[in-house]
Amino acid sequence: MSAPVATQTLIEVRDLNVHFAINASFKARVTGRGGATVKAVDGVSFDLHEGEVLGLVGESGSGKTTLGRALLGLVRPTSGSVKLRGEELVGLPERDLRPKRRHLQMVFQDPHASLNPGMTLQTALAHPLQIHKLTSGDAETQAKVRETLELVGLFPTQRFSDSFPSDLSGGQKQRAAIARAIITGPDLVVADEPVSMLDMSVRAKILDLMIDLKERIGLTYVYVTHDLASAKFFCDRVAIMYLGRIVEIGTVDEIFNEPKHPYTQALIRAIPEPDPDKALPRDLPRGEIPDAARPPLGCSFHPRCPKAFNICGWEARDLQTMLESRWMDLGEDRYGEERPLVGDFSKLKSTEHDAFLPAGSGKDPGELLALLEKIRAEEPDEPMWTGVKEMHAEAHGVRVTFEPGIDPPLYETGGAKAACLLYKPD
Amino acid sequence: MTATTSVTGAPDTPPTTGPPKRRGGILSKIAAPYKQSHGVQRFMLVTGTAVSLIIVLLAIFAPLIAPFSFDTYQADGARFPTQGEPSDVNPWGTTVQGFDVMSRTIYGARTALEVLILAVVFSLAIGVPLGLISGYVGGWLDRIMVLIMDALFAFPYLLLAIVAAFLLTNTIDSGIVVTAIAITVVYVPQYFRVVRASTLSAREATYIEAARAMGAKPSTIIRKYLFGNVVQSVPVIATLNAADAILTLAGLGFLGLGIQPSEAAEWGYDLQRAIADAGAGIWWTALYPGLGIVLAVTALTLVGEGLNDVLNPTLRRRRIKRPVISSSAVGPASAPTTEREAG
Repeated sequence: MSAPVATQTLIEVRDLNVHFAINASFKARVTGRGGATVKAVDGVSFDLHEGEVLGLVGESGSGKTTLGRALLGLVRPTSGSVKLRGEELVGLPERDLRPKRRHLQMVFQDPHASLNPGMTLQTALAHPLQIHKLTSGDAETQAKVRETLELVGLFPTQRFSDSFPSDLSGGQKQRAAIARAIITGPDLVVADEPVSMLDMSVRAKILDLMIDLKERIGLTYVYVTHDLASAKFFCDRVAIMYLGRIVEIGTVDEIFNEPKHPYTQALIRAIPEPDPDKALPRDLPRGEIPDAARPPLGCSFHPRCPKAFNICGWEARDLQTMLESRWMDLGEDRYGEERPLVGDFSKLKSTEHDAFLPAGSGKDPGELLALLEKIRAEEPDEPMWTGVKEMHAEAHGVRVTFEPGIDPPLYETGGAKAACLLYKPD
Repeated sequence: MTATTSVTGAPDTPPTTGPPKRRGGILSKIAAPYKQSHGVQRFMLVTGTAVSLIIVLLAIFAPLIAPFSFDTYQADGARFPTQGEPSDVNPWGTTVQGFDVMSRTIYGARTALEVLILAVVFSLAIGVPLGLISGYVGGWLDRIMVLIMDALFAFPYLLLAIVAAFLLTNTIDSGIVVTAIAITVVYVPQYFRVVRASTLSAREATYIEAARAMGAKPSTIIRKYLFGNVVQSVPVIATLNAADAILTLAGLGFLGLGIQPSEAAEWGYDLQRAIADAGAGIWWTALYPGLGIVLAVTALTLVGEGLNDVLNPTLRRRRIKRPVISSSAVGPASAPTTEREAG
């Protein structure tokens, strides 16, 4: 799909934050203060033009769904700004937001759960019209419902308007959910993985329908998905999300032909290739998506990044991960030799760029330093070592000083914008 | 727009012929549990319903069925004997006050029904909305409501009813209303809890968020989206509580609270008056009101438990018909017909 002609900006998102408090302790629960926060959406900015399809792609927990909901005000943003045609939506009380919902609609992931089981399609579709008083009289409402059902391919409408959701198949339910979303004539539809729960045979049909509707009634979509292949098919622009941030945003061509961010590159390599001869070595990102309550310093992708280098934000946790994964690979006897030299990891102390690794009880810190130097010599390719400025033995352990990391904003790369320090201008 | 403007992609499945299955009216909804039940469940349901219906009919037509009014102590100018044995005039004998036992027992059903209907209506009208609001709104409101309801729950139910009846006796004239309110106070927490619990889970459903996304007000969401999906558990507790309520009513009457003897016949009050008779070998004054209580409670409990067995998905047993293999089949046996109970 070709990039659209730049038109009017529909949605302008600036520095949007959605933080959820995790009140672990009883005191935090009672007072509502203290405790950690999860930054589900962390300083996201982008523009959405009219008639555009923006894909939000990311792993589970990357905040893509939360971002989609925050655009509609279904989740209260902590701070930042979302402007619909220049009108600020963040901070509006629910009462003032309700009339705006006409222009902002959502299609949910699970078509089986998104329709009220006790309502016929006629009632379910008529309700948004009644809420926003878009029609006068039952006859007009019914005509509008029939027309919309037809638009989404649920005909004969006579039969479908009287059926309950339980009478429909998954694809038909999703069509009905789409009908309910478009019946108010919205400008923006946030589609939250609209096809991920459908049969393979129905997915393409639903996406086709959504493209068709976009052209007919001039919709703008935000398409939330974890499926890059369908994003390539459906979207004009794609934003790749990782731990609540957009790490790369660009047109479909830019993202798929010239991915800039190492994470995007890894994701695109992970798309399954149907041809066994063409199967590429999948150097998928190592490790798991980190704990969002304690994101890594600097670039949050650095612990998993194959291209990470000195200023990516190395810290004490990376040292621990490196040691642990090394011991996983080594034999038991080597582990038996090395483990006693290192003290309790829970006593691993860390300030910003400075870690104190305690030596094992009764062990000489010098030995530990020698071990670390040895590991460094053995595994010079481990990206973490690029970030280690110096190590020196102290009274009860080794102090490791890291390069101060930089938290990368979105940099211009000549194509897509990527939040990666590789593209940091000098 | 005409039907010929086709959209990309045909409908997912070819339209089936015939009209879509409809959910019938209220009658078929009421009949559904009876159709779906079988075996012991059906026996319980049908027996319970039959006996309950008989009691309801007795209550409604009490003036036609009962030989006398509940407070009649004479006929044709002749006073009834006190503690008189069953005779032609008084088939079930007379009480210590010289009332006809049969008439009082039949009128007792009327009192029970009146109190029951009022109490259930009051409890529903208070408990269900409170549960819906508390579950949907959540937060501090929810915590305070749960605290209050749990506090009410913590009291022994009869004690609570006594206190309520005692406080209300002089403010409201009608003893029936007083008793109904006293019973309501006892049973509101149960409706509240059940409705709140199912609201809590229904609130997280996507269709509620979808309703929010389409701009519905909280009150609209509660009315149109939550209510219909939450009330399904209410009929079962309503019938079970009704059985309980009869006992509470009898308990209050036994203690002389609530309904005044001059207002209506009440089984519990009659039992209380009959205590002394039992020792003297006068069995009829206690037997019939006692039977009334036992029958009413048993019938309603049977209905409630039967409904629970049928409607509660965790108790419901799936009915699977064995595959029918036709004996005359030469080729492959006819496809096994399995049938599931409708959810």
